[in-house]
Amino acid sequence: MIHNNLAGQGVVSDLMKPSLFRIESWKRESPDVFTMSFLPKDGMGGVGENPGFTFLPGQFNMIYIFGLGEVPISISGDPAPGLPLIHTTRSVGAVTQGMSLLRPGAEVGVRGPFGNHWPVERAWDKDLILVAGGIGLAPLRPVIYSVLNSRNKFGKVILLIGSKTPSEMVFRGELRDWDRSKLMEIHLTVDRGSKSWRGSLGVVTKFVPAISFEPENALAMICGPEVMMHFTIDALKKRGMQPEDIYVSMERNMKCAVGYYGHCQYGPHFICKNGPIFPYSEIEGIFREPEV
Amino acid sequence: MNAQPIESILADHPFFKEIPREHLARVALQATISRFDKGEVIFREGSDARNFYLVLKGRVIIETLLPHQGLVNIQTVEAGEMLGWSWLVPPFRYRFGARTVQPTELAIFNGKHLLEVFEKDPQLGYQFLRRVLVAITERLEQTRLQLLNIYDNPVK
Amino acid sequence: MKIIERSNFGRLIELLKEAGYEVYGPRALDGGLVYDHIEKDSDLPEGYKDQQGKGLYRLEKSGDPYLFGFAVGSQSWKKFLHPAEQRLWKAKKTGNGFTLLDPEPEPRPRMAFIGVRACEISAMTIQQKVYEQAAALSGNPATPDAPPFIVAVNCTHPSNNCFCTSMDTGPRVRSGFDISLTEILEDHSHYFIGESGSERGADLLAQIPSRQATEAEISRGKAATDKAAQSISRSLDTHGLKELLYQNYNHPSWEAVADRCLSCGNCTMVCPTCFCSSVEDTIDVTGQYAERWNKWDSCFSIDFSYIHGGPVRNSVKSRYRQWMTHKLATWIDQFGTSGCVGCGRCITWCPVGIDITEEASTIRNSPKTQEP
Repeated sequence: MIHNNLAGQGVVSDLMKPSLFRIESWKRESPDVFTMSFLPKDGMGGVGENPGFTFLPGQFNMIYIFGLGEVPISISGDPAPGLPLIHTTRSVGAVTQGMSLLRPGAEVGVRGPFGNHWPVERAWDKDLILVAGGIGLAPLRPVIYSVLNSRNKFGKVILLIGSKTPSEMVFRGELRDWDRSKLMEIHLTVDRGSKSWRGSLGVVTKFVPAISFEPENALAMICGPEVMMHFTIDALKKRGMQPEDIYVSMERNMKCAVGYYGHCQYGPHFICKNGPIFPYSEIEGIFREPEV
Repeated sequence: MNAQPIESILADHPFFKEIPREHLARVALQATISRFDKGEVIFREGSDARNFYLVLKGRVIIETLLPHQGLVNIQTVEAGEMLGWSWLVPPFRYRFGARTVQPTELAIFNGKHLLEVFEKDPQLGYQFLRRVLVAITERLEQTRLQLLNIYDNPVK
Repeated sequence: MKIIERSNFGRLIELLKEAGYEVYGPRALDGGLVYDHIEKDSDLPEGYKDQQGKGLYRLEKSGDPYLFGFAVGSQSWKKFLHPAEQRLWKAKKTGNGFTLLDPEPEPRPRMAFIGVRACEISAMTIQQKVYEQAAALSGNPATPDAPPFIVAVNCTHPSNNCFCTSMDTGPRVRSGFDISLTEILEDHSHYFIGESGSERGADLLAQIPSRQATEAEISRGKAATDKAAQSISRSLDTHGLKELLYQNYNHPSWEAVADRCLSCGNCTMVCPTCFCSSVEDTIDVTGQYAERWNKWDSCFSIDFSYIHGGPVRNSVKSRYRQWMTHKLATWIDQFGTSGCVGCGRCITWCPVGIDITEEASTIRNSPKTQEP
């Protein structure tokens, strides 16, 4: 039977309604990147209730700022139960610029979590290579928390990070803590140094030939600009990794996050529901195809 | 600390991965191993290009002089990478300077001696230069990506 | 099967109205055939035929008293089932944030569509899959609230742009209707062969004055749609088309079609399956009230693929390729069917006459083609 598919009514419309969350904390990560934590405005948080936000590493929310609009933002917090929702984002448009001006106490609309997730459990008993470019570390941070929450389940964990400059590197405090913990190997590099920068200069792919891991028993997760992911994939393949063991996070224009508005199509995929995370083997054919 | 013979140290370096043993032995005769402290100059921009280096440990920075800014860091070369190919190409001067930013251990080869060896053994010369070409290609790829400024905020 | 004389056809509309339906059907309005509100059978485009070609549409008097002597309406039924603009919610600013206002209960019209073609039922089914997949993400079933009453009329007058036979969607309806009709006009008789496709269809059909169809009448009905099928000359070879298009993202013909394409988006607006929409968040001048609207969008608009920094699909070539590849290839991976039903509207309403069947055939037959 043909239905009356009025999106203005019924379930799809319900999916488009945001819930109210209150900003609990605000932190600047770099000149144009900030991290906020949120708690649901009402309902949750009562005695015996799980007050946090449940999601899987790599998922995203649609964040609505009153009157400005809505944008997809990946979740950058710890996926362990009972913790506040955390987002890290860069001011790049009207909505994120408006959002950057909000401070604790202000309320935003949240829809989500949406999308698939990094295959963290597939990495059990394997070496895990995490490669982040710029703000691409934000969607990978929940993976790092997952790893730290059960470190002995994983083999070697190697985190490679590339950034434009030292001051634009995000989560510097966390990076220091993770490095000190000795629970993972961390390599940082920047495109342009500063007078005080004594770390690596160059692109994040430069570490791939030199790191020590078992390519045939490893999983890689990459998040960053497409061109950076492209060269990283090449470098990992040169080390002997298989395309199905290399995961990337893709980005397209996401409007509804439920596969109904069509904007985020990437070949046969809807980034919002079949992605944003894909094994490279699934998108190999269109990955470097211009304007797909 | 270098109880290990030079030849086996070089064999572990990615630059010589899968090189025939006899070639490695001949090259190893030309090599010495040197330790540098943090902040030491390895070579200066514009100076005669005498040596070829392999970084065994540590980190070296490639730098150049910009008016008003002094020495500017361009790229780093780390353990497992090679450094310095100006002895191969005229006018045989280093185009950029190199300085350590960490305690660093280098294998040093005299370029002139290497060329003499290559003249006598073109097979070895070919093997060697191919590896130099791979390294230069990687460095060029890195530089191109740095130029792209891929992490820049697109709306700034 | 039942025979309903032309003179009793008006009863169908009356009965639907009596049952509480808002009745919609084709009307000759402003030089085109428009699906619109109808009150009586004289609202139907009696004696009209549509002439369609590449970038061409003419509504003409045919001289025959057919009620449905045309191919398809200029726009599809999409405008009723997937309206061009719908408000999703309204919110009011509060001290620190906002609150969603209780939506005024909108009356849900019970709609009846008269004159739906087989290709259009296919299109409705295809669009519905998109909705159901999205709804499935909510964990709640799509509520089959107020399904429209569908009176299908088998197509006996396909246009030059029709290719439903290639897409296996017509000209005869197979399912998805409450009542199907075949209009027969010969010598001095003018009648409809009626068949019910649902219980409510059967109930309604039973109330219209009719008699049992004879074998001869039934075969006359079949002959009419067979003849229609044979008269369709346009074709689209769908064999292995998905793989073919996947292999030819860089075919030179995309450049050639982009030289002609104005990127106007007409094809997406008239397409009965194109579903892409945009979310628009608005705010009133006082800054106190915000709304969210769902509006038709087109993959031909440059903003469609915008991500911070610029659009992904900058060139017209990439946008035409996105549209056609989606329609004929990626749709199959997404929803299990082609996104094209062969109604021909995109060919008719393209201001420069780009023809999807021709473009597909160019890619298939050009020497530059990459074999899958």
